[in-house]
Amino acid sequence: MEQQIVKVKNKKGVRVIPGFGLSMGVTLAMLGCLVLIPLASIFLRASQLEFGEFIQVVTSRQVVSGYVVSLSCAFFAALINAVFGIILAWVLVRYDFPGKRLMDGLIELPFALPTAVAGIALTYLYSDQGWIGALFDKMGIKIAYTRIGITIAMVFVGIPFVVRAVQPVLEKLDREYEEAALMLGAAKLYTFFRVILPELFPALLAGAGLAFARGIGEYGSVVFIAGNIPYETQIAPLLIMTKLEQYKYADATAIALVLLLISFLLMLLINSIQIYMQRFTKG
Amino acid sequence: MEKKSERAYGRDVVGDGLHSIQKVIEPRKPYSRPIVKYILISVSVLFLAVMLVIPLIVVAVNALGDGWAAYREAILDEYTVKALLLTLLATVTAVAVNTVFGIFAAYLLSKFYFKGRQVLATLIDIPFSISPVIAGLVFILTFGNIGWMGDFLKAHDIKIVFAVPGVILATIFVTFPFVFRELFPVLNAQGKDEEEAAALMGAGGFMIFRRITFPHIKWALLYGVILCTARAMGEFGAVSVISGHLRGKTNTLPLHVEILYNEFNTTAAFAVSSILVILAVLILIARNIVEWKRK
Amino acid sequence: MYVEMRHINKTFDGFQASRDVSFGVEKGSLTALLGPSGSGKTTILRMIAGLDRPDSGDILIDGARVNDLPGSKRGIGFVFQNYALFRYMTVADNIAFGLEAKKKSQRKSKAEIRARVEELLGLISMQDLGKRYPHQLSGGQRQRVAFARALAPDPQLLLLDEPFAAIDAKVRRELRTWLKEMIARVGVTSIFVTHDQEEAMEVADLVILTNQGRIEQIGSPEEICLHPQTDFVRDFIDARRFEALKTVSREI
Repeated sequence: MEQQIVKVKNKKGVRVIPGFGLSMGVTLAMLGCLVLIPLASIFLRASQLEFGEFIQVVTSRQVVSGYVVSLSCAFFAALINAVFGIILAWVLVRYDFPGKRLMDGLIELPFALPTAVAGIALTYLYSDQGWIGALFDKMGIKIAYTRIGITIAMVFVGIPFVVRAVQPVLEKLDREYEEAALMLGAAKLYTFFRVILPELFPALLAGAGLAFARGIGEYGSVVFIAGNIPYETQIAPLLIMTKLEQYKYADATAIALVLLLISFLLMLLINSIQIYMQRFTKG
Repeated sequence: MEKKSERAYGRDVVGDGLHSIQKVIEPRKPYSRPIVKYILISVSVLFLAVMLVIPLIVVAVNALGDGWAAYREAILDEYTVKALLLTLLATVTAVAVNTVFGIFAAYLLSKFYFKGRQVLATLIDIPFSISPVIAGLVFILTFGNIGWMGDFLKAHDIKIVFAVPGVILATIFVTFPFVFRELFPVLNAQGKDEEEAAALMGAGGFMIFRRITFPHIKWALLYGVILCTARAMGEFGAVSVISGHLRGKTNTLPLHVEILYNEFNTTAAFAVSSILVILAVLILIARNIVEWKRK
Repeated sequence: MYVEMRHINKTFDGFQASRDVSFGVEKGSLTALLGPSGSGKTTILRMIAGLDRPDSGDILIDGARVNDLPGSKRGIGFVFQNYALFRYMTVADNIAFGLEAKKKSQRKSKAEIRARVEELLGLISMQDLGKRYPHQLSGGQRQRVAFARALAPDPQLLLLDEPFAAIDAKVRRELRTWLKEMIARVGVTSIFVTHDQEEAMEVADLVILTNQGRIEQIGSPEEICLHPQTDFVRDFIDARRFEALKTVSREI
């Protein structure tokens, strides 16, 4: 096994398989022109900003509240998705029932359905005249045009990430492992939390992390249901949009830069937790 | 969990095909608690119904809210058709570009070892974790009037931002890693022994790809193309930033939905949405067929 | 000497896989590279094949230095550890591949290729299985196909990486004898890698024992068993093996 790993690291070696130069060339050229160079523009533009100006933009009350709304709603949506994602994955892996295949296929709907369509449908549904919104309205709870609505839209876009991350791990999880715990007399619920959940945790974290990141950046499905009330339901991506419409490119760049840094940090954090967890489970 | 062992038990005893007998033989169920099963299934069904199914019904009901004639009119509207065509153009281009990229990049990263391999893989994933609005913004900052290429483009009378090329570029950007992400794990798991063996026998790059690598990835490729199509077709944020919302020129279907909705033309907005819903459902069906075939 | 290694060194990311490796292999002989895992034996094989490149030293095949020659031009047949059969091709297509992959000027006609494939299928006694796919074969059959595929273009040198590792212990002994006979019949110079001393002792004419990238001893199986030159060799070749060998030689 050790040798296998060493072999792959054929550093200065002759490249036996042809096509290295061509595929490297095509990959770098396309990645560079279509992604990296455009992306670099944001950093180039940001470097032209005065530091004081930058700080002023990103600490203005409106922008800070935009970050808070985006992050908090995305966080709660990720939590909700973590809970329901595990339940859905569990049901899909462990149970047989009519319509299971349909349910499995449906999970991916938020990937396939254009976000704008989801956005207007959810808004209609949860507005105070909508089918579900009206029910809650009677109880005095408003959903559309509040942070609850934003969270619901983010749950919508995020759910497939969690289910699809947890499902394969649950499928592979050795049944004997939990049976062993059951035979030792552990209660089912206890077994779930002590034996199964820790096994699923890295996948769950990855899935929920992706859902969280997606929620922070999400625009299409959220913008309609948010209603864009300043300081209340303005999400950060919408602020970038608004600044662009006012031709305030510097402001838009500053807001975007912070948002970018947040998502990179988030990805880094999730990656390191996963690596740490893997060391744990492998050992 | 109980159900599965029950099936296995039944099959052992009576064999396949005799389903009627299965019910007679009640296996021991030491930890059976069907109530948990039914609660969990109900929760799942309810969640999916509220979150996914009812919104689809909302679209259908509202699209037909003013009758078939109004629906037809909304769908056959000149601007709707133009938006549909632009959506198709952007989608086809993005899928084609990203397929070419996905194949080369997946081949590169799975068959060769080189310094910076990990970094490259991370870079490819960037568009996946970026807000679509930022994806649109980067193109404005590159090709727009204030962008560093703005003057050059102006001098040569090339319009990218607030024009069709911008819409296409933004769509490509947002869906960039999709095909790659499907191909890479498959090729990586396959290893490179087969390619090395073929290369040792003197086969050229194209022959190796066509006869050895490609058969491994054909289903994954189709799968990636389907996912990429879905995302490209529905892209909203990035396109919204860069299109300038020029009706009949740079409007894609999702943008057209937004305009109609903001004009309080709800029926038309949902009617146009229904086209996208139908496309999405078709994509989901295709996706499931492909996944089934792969197994 | 048909194959010669001269003062070969090879490092992978700070791990020294080969330290001043030198040896020669006669034409027509069957040589075993024996050693514990991680001892650098597979690296040697891969360097001869051109799959890896030495940091320093020379590799000679038939008197010519081949360091800069790509593996496909060294006239080598290679049997991979897990056979690396092309999963999406039939047995016959697998065997034909090396013939079809040749440049147009050197390629045989379709009829000739078909005849050669039939001939090789006959050699490995799998005439009726040409249309099968690799996943429909047993481990032993797969190994025979890999062997036939490597032989198809008439290589001057056959390299085998742990040819028996992926096979059930039960059939392994049988296949060992089969492979030895086949190689003798075809008359191709062969080098194989193994970590199993019994395998090396029974099959090979010459055994090269490696440890930590270094060659510990080169010699015939008897020499290595009867006159181990280093402590490592003495420890590695245990007494039980020695007894087994005696019985084998008595039988012969």
